[in-house]
Amino acid sequence: MKAKRVLAARTDGSCPDATVTSPAARPAGIPPRAGWLIVARKELADHLLSARFYILLALLGLVAAATTYSASDAIRSASEAASQTPSVFLKLFLLGQDPLPAFYVLVGFIVPVLGIAFGFDAVSGERAEGTLPRLVSQPIYRDDVINGKFAAGLAVIGLILVVVTAVVAGIGIVRLGIVPTAEDAVRLGVWLLVSVVYVGFWLAFATLCSVAFRRAATALLVAIGLWIVATLFASLLATLVAGVLAPAPADATADQLIANATMTDTLSRLAPPTLYSDATRIILDPSARTTSSFVLTSQVYRAVQSTLSIDQSLLLVWIQVVGIVALTVVSFAVAYVLFMRQEVRS
Amino acid sequence: MSAVATLPATRAASGPGPTGQDEPVVVTRGLTKRYGSLVAVDRLDLEVRAGEIYGLLGPNGAGKTTTILMLLGLSEPTAGTARVLGLDPTRDPRAVKRQVGYLPDNAGFYGSMTGRQNLRYTARLNGLSGQPAERRIDEVLDKVGLTDRADDRAETYSRGMRQRLGFADALVKGPAILILDEPTTAIDPIGVSEILDLIRFLALDEGLAILIASHLLDQVQTVCHRVGIFHRGRLIGQGTVDELAREFGAGTGRIEVGVRADGSPSAPDVAVLFGEVPGVAAVEPLDPGHRGADLWRLTLADGADERLVAREVLARVLEAGLRLDRFGEARLSLERIYRLAVERAGDAGMQPGAAGAPAGDAG
Repeated sequence: MKAKRVLAARTDGSCPDATVTSPAARPAGIPPRAGWLIVARKELADHLLSARFYILLALLGLVAAATTYSASDAIRSASEAASQTPSVFLKLFLLGQDPLPAFYVLVGFIVPVLGIAFGFDAVSGERAEGTLPRLVSQPIYRDDVINGKFAAGLAVIGLILVVVTAVVAGIGIVRLGIVPTAEDAVRLGVWLLVSVVYVGFWLAFATLCSVAFRRAATALLVAIGLWIVATLFASLLATLVAGVLAPAPADATADQLIANATMTDTLSRLAPPTLYSDATRIILDPSARTTSSFVLTSQVYRAVQSTLSIDQSLLLVWIQVVGIVALTVVSFAVAYVLFMRQEVRS
Repeated sequence: MSAVATLPATRAASGPGPTGQDEPVVVTRGLTKRYGSLVAVDRLDLEVRAGEIYGLLGPNGAGKTTTILMLLGLSEPTAGTARVLGLDPTRDPRAVKRQVGYLPDNAGFYGSMTGRQNLRYTARLNGLSGQPAERRIDEVLDKVGLTDRADDRAETYSRGMRQRLGFADALVKGPAILILDEPTTAIDPIGVSEILDLIRFLALDEGLAILIASHLLDQVQTVCHRVGIFHRGRLIGQGTVDELAREFGAGTGRIEVGVRADGSPSAPDVAVLFGEVPGVAAVEPLDPGHRGADLWRLTLADGADERLVAREVLARVLEAGLRLDRFGEARLSLERIYRLAVERAGDAGMQPGAAGAPAGDAG
């Protein structure tokens, strides 16, 4: 069949390839300077057409709908009690009513799934399909592959988060007639940014798994394993270890108690979910004033009841945000180095 | 084959061929790759010239793919140097990859994208977009005969179609060199001959230098101008198949003759008759063949010209009034050459590798 085609091309005299025979007339492409952009563009198109994008969008939409519904009820009753509650708009994201937790809590719980879903087969998928050798033999840098994939994943995740947040805010504005103040909008924007960075950590970690493990299933299991351990058992583990390192017996002194609590806090801050939930609580709630789990009663009584301005809130949690960024950078760097050193062949 | 035979003479006159230009486009000197204590490629000196089809032949695990990866800058040599179109693949992999089309072993495609979309992605990665890219894509699709199915999703393609898409993918950047890793493995016989035709066509028509790595010796032998025999990371023989046959096949040339005396009582002693032919080293009877014919195997002496000996044998048969029943020159297959080369390399007792079918000498 091919021989026939070749013949046809020869005999009809059209000679479509005559122009490319001489090296000078070869397609005059130059190696693209931003290979990662081309990779990212293709990955983005893939993601937007994939089933997992719509499933995750639906999942998060469901979370948003449910929590908004319960939050609206909570806000109605709360605003009757105190009409001068600061930042009523943000209560939409902050308040929950049994049995549902607040929007920001549920989102914090679920968004790691986004990162894992868009990262766990980033490299192993190409390897399994046999497209990796073809891809890396194109005139791009090898890191363009991993950078482009990370950028595309982050863009999709950002898109999902922005859409869902915008829908919740829209419902709040329309149904409850609450108009956000400028500071509310800034806090929400910062929260979105921190959330994207947090998902970035999970995306980077999942990408790392996809580089380290040949099989996508293994990578998925490891990433989900970390998610469950870090989310559900981190505080338990922190308490246990703190109990050993800084014991607080039944007849403990105040110093011992403080030491134990500080140790527990420090240890639990090693887990990304703790960092994230601490940071987002402070960012969204102007009346929250500490991330510490240990507060003396005297401190509570003597505190002046007031709210924090946005810069004060940020001052309180910048260390958590830096922590999340650092973890993201470390995960990505390990994935990067591993990928650069890996053999291409399957 | 027919494709090559019917190419217009004008193109042949412009002369990209093994003899026309022989500046080397791929050169390696002492190229070595070690993985721990394992030597995958051992002091390889390779030379591929412009317009030539070079076959890098050897069993699985001989180091063929490792060599290719080093040529593309995807793997760093432990020692030695490689030059592709004068460029150092380790230093400047992007410039090399810009001009080298690579069809990996068992190349895969994005299943949810169409063949054309897959090619478009590759074109874009090579800095081609818009109209020029589309033109080029149409062109390569036509060359490999995939135009009809170009807009179907790649996951619906058969193995042979995927391989042809792989050729299109390697060609879309308009390379000067094509590197094919096991291009005919796992393809059905008709598909194989189509692919071999395509390879010939590309070398002749586009003047591409083509480097083929394969363990399917006999298939690839038919398209290669020169071959290198690769064994355990070392190149143990290099040249045209005829050159290699002469180098390694000395003392192994054979002629099989079947004669019938037809009841003639004056029939001479055939063994003596053939034994007297100059250039024949030994005569041995094979089993008393079929239909009463006697089958003899003549082993040629070192350096004897097979054709001269054959002519002389035929003359004697006619002179003696014998009836010729069968006559065959046993040409050395590349596979046999490969085995002989391996034996000479001092690796007695090695397993014959993936090309392990019993060596059919006649053919």
